[in-house]
Amino acid sequence: MASTILEMRDITKTFPGVKALSNVNLSVEEGEIHAVVGENGAGKSTLMKVLSGVYPTGTYDGQIIFQGQECHFKGIHDSEHKGIVIIHQELALVPMLSIAENIFLGNEHAKFGVIDWDANEARTGALLKKVGLKEDPKTLITNIGVGKQQLVEIAKALSKEVKLLILDEPTASLSEKDSQALLDLLLEFKRQGMTSILISHKLNEVNRVADKVTVIRDGRTIETLAKKDISEDRIITSMVGRSLDDRYPPREPDIGEVVFEVKNWSVYHPLHAERQVIKGIDINVRKGEVVGIAGLMGAGRTEFAMSLFGRSYGRRISGEVLLKGKPIDASSVSRAVEHGIAYVTEDRKTYGLNLIDHIKHNITLANLSGVSRHSVIDDMRELAVANDYRKKTNIRASSVYQMTGNLSGGNQQKVVLSKWLFADPEVLILDEPTRGIDVGAKYEIYTIIARLAAEGKAIVVISSEMPELLGITDRIYVMNEGRIVGEMPAADASQEKIMRAIVRGEGKAA
Amino acid sequence: MSTDSAPAPQSNVAEDVPQRPRIAVSALTTNLREYGLILALIAIMVFFQFTTSGTLFKPVNLSNLVQQNSFIIVMALGMLLVIVSGHIDLSVGSVAGFIGALAAMMMVIWPLGPFSNPLVVSIICLIVGGAIGAAQGYWIAYHRIPSFIVTLAGMLIFRGICQALLGGGSSVGPLPDGFKALSSGFIPDVIGPLTLIPPTVNAAGKTIIGSGLTLHMTTIVLGLIAVLAYAYFGLRTRRKRERHGYEAEPFALFVVKTLVGSALALFLVYQFASYRGLPVVLLVMGVLISLFVFVTKRMTIGRRIYAMGGNAKAAQLSGIKTERLTLMVFINMGVLSALGGLIIAARLGQAVPAAGLGSELDVIAAVFIGGASAMGGVGQVIGAVVGGFIMGVMNNGMSIMGVNVDWQQVVKGLVLLGAVIFDVYNKNKA
Repeated sequence: MASTILEMRDITKTFPGVKALSNVNLSVEEGEIHAVVGENGAGKSTLMKVLSGVYPTGTYDGQIIFQGQECHFKGIHDSEHKGIVIIHQELALVPMLSIAENIFLGNEHAKFGVIDWDANEARTGALLKKVGLKEDPKTLITNIGVGKQQLVEIAKALSKEVKLLILDEPTASLSEKDSQALLDLLLEFKRQGMTSILISHKLNEVNRVADKVTVIRDGRTIETLAKKDISEDRIITSMVGRSLDDRYPPREPDIGEVVFEVKNWSVYHPLHAERQVIKGIDINVRKGEVVGIAGLMGAGRTEFAMSLFGRSYGRRISGEVLLKGKPIDASSVSRAVEHGIAYVTEDRKTYGLNLIDHIKHNITLANLSGVSRHSVIDDMRELAVANDYRKKTNIRASSVYQMTGNLSGGNQQKVVLSKWLFADPEVLILDEPTRGIDVGAKYEIYTIIARLAAEGKAIVVISSEMPELLGITDRIYVMNEGRIVGEMPAADASQEKIMRAIVRGEGKAA
Repeated sequence: MSTDSAPAPQSNVAEDVPQRPRIAVSALTTNLREYGLILALIAIMVFFQFTTSGTLFKPVNLSNLVQQNSFIIVMALGMLLVIVSGHIDLSVGSVAGFIGALAAMMMVIWPLGPFSNPLVVSIICLIVGGAIGAAQGYWIAYHRIPSFIVTLAGMLIFRGICQALLGGGSSVGPLPDGFKALSSGFIPDVIGPLTLIPPTVNAAGKTIIGSGLTLHMTTIVLGLIAVLAYAYFGLRTRRKRERHGYEAEPFALFVVKTLVGSALALFLVYQFASYRGLPVVLLVMGVLISLFVFVTKRMTIGRRIYAMGGNAKAAQLSGIKTERLTLMVFINMGVLSALGGLIIAARLGQAVPAAGLGSELDVIAAVFIGGASAMGGVGQVIGAVVGGFIMGVMNNGMSIMGVNVDWQQVVKGLVLLGAVIFDVYNKNKA
């Protein structure tokens, strides 16, 4: 019978004004894959930070018992010393250093400070084999993809003689294929007897690999499910505290005339001038319609959207943008915004938010003239606007003066959405609007999209999650290698049909 | 931490913590930095008041202090925007030196006829400063050359031109009195002086300088107007918040803040009034400080600069023309560097090749002591001004104490380091 390797008892952690964890219990058995799931902001990451010593002993209440010993970690070094290694969602690799240098960073095989590169590279080779990565240890991190970088992180963890591996959303930015490979790797580690904790939003993954699932909601443990009880529906019910009969809000489309039209849109790569990224795209969106753009990563969807939005991407852009039948000049972001076009980025932290400023200032940034007169900002009006949108989009924060950097992913996304809703666009382009956010927040975002469509906006949703597109759109364009390779009403569409369009399109492009 | 003791409600932990104490706490914590800085300045002033046996607060010394440091503070206003927008400007000291030389040449050496009038020269010099800022800002904004490098080049170039213009090591002067008034002048007493204690007349029939007490009434009236306006606008803002149903900071805090601020201001005004009145340069500085506080706190352009410094890409994708904004920030810096140069020249009464040498470091230090972040996006005008005064008071106080210039540098360096460490420590704790 397996023994308990980790026991966290009655963990309570308070931040000024917010109780992040209250009496959380987590018990992990040796050799299992234990999934921790919960909505964004439920407290999963906080719990892991307590476990790994990021929040040192004394800053929380409760006990951590690892391998039968009570632990008081003063920092991340203490926990790593015990063999608890955490791999964060945001990878912590140095891009301009090699794989080997990264793996042994701070831990180099060295004599009197002189690094023995042969030893490092030999050991790196062995570790890379373990994680199934076929790369030269001398390759720079910047030259390998995110999927491989993730594997390097895991190899780095293995170099530290890990006993308990914690993965925080490891597949959030990976393609389907890389995700599968990573999960297979986890299962392989399990066969070798390693214990892992997996934090994930993707319930199908949890379903596939986890032996046990602990659900956290609002800073409390809700339940721990054993393998036989794990099902997506059960987890969702437990996560949101209610059963989601439908993951997508019902809506009755009221579709009008064509509002937004793009004709023969072509874009070249910003650095490689001869590489055409977008190859003559035509699309149109009607009033009150939600149009999806499906496609695999690298199909050029984000590049297409950003080049439309004030030429924020690419060079040698050609083609026509029409609003209500009239050609418009959207050659700069401010002109695009003036014409009523908004683009909600897929990467909210890099392109969407000023993380060191609070919610209020972020919401009004794209439409400052809406809260000012003669370039002087009306404080009260701004505050009223911010509070109004906070309520409308249900942003969970102590007040609109909370820094956006301290919000959970779902709430950050709502702030970005609010910013663009306040700019009052006619055409709203949403790029991966629910990436990295939890089921409950997703539903809220879908509801907002449905409401906007009902108000008569024209909406474009770019998404890699096909069920999402099928669930919320009226019509789907399929994109591949810079072209539109299919168009179908959502009612007739299915995941298979979309994939078939992509595959056929690949043949055409070749 | 006081909210910890509040009873935690059973549902929805994140939202139901009572509102009132949090607002009080956050009002205090968000303003702690600013108050802390002002308190630090007061503490330093009191310290030197004792160690210089009362010399620091003497009216004549206060006027000196203002006249010696005003150019640092004027340039710090521009530097704050530069640093908030995520850049740095190392050229300001050299630009100031160059502009001082240019002004002197125009007024004293070159036969410009009516164009050598101090006012005309000053305006031309400010325009030239703006052009220099534009030239540097152009490379930074539109060609993405790091500002550190562009302005390092500018620092060398303009120091060189400054020296060449003055013909090697010589100085050019004397400058006309009308020009010198910018730095060493006092506002005219249009109301007329009020003599409280008549000066003592000695046996020879001459008045003893410094005896008696005559108040410069225009200064007093201006000071009173400023203090009343400060209290009035503070109250009006509170009223407005309350009318819209939002809680302002606690009333007691507001009253204490306003009273302490007013008392300090009135004390200084009284000191100035008992000497020769308000220095012209202080008035210029005051107007500029108010303007920049308004621009950064209330105007859209200010907000956009902070947004750009916080996340340039996000700002750009929100429709902000970041290139143009960067250019404008550097033009503004150039104009203020030029004004700084004019103030230096006016105070010295001549242009010297070393004018403003090394002052870029004092200016940058003032902004960082004032709490700005080297990463951009964070910093307050008032912080930079107080930071400038902290440096100035230390310079002045230590000089009066007779501390060696070498050691003055050491102390200033330690204060800069300490202030930034304090900032970072505070941020991590929060």
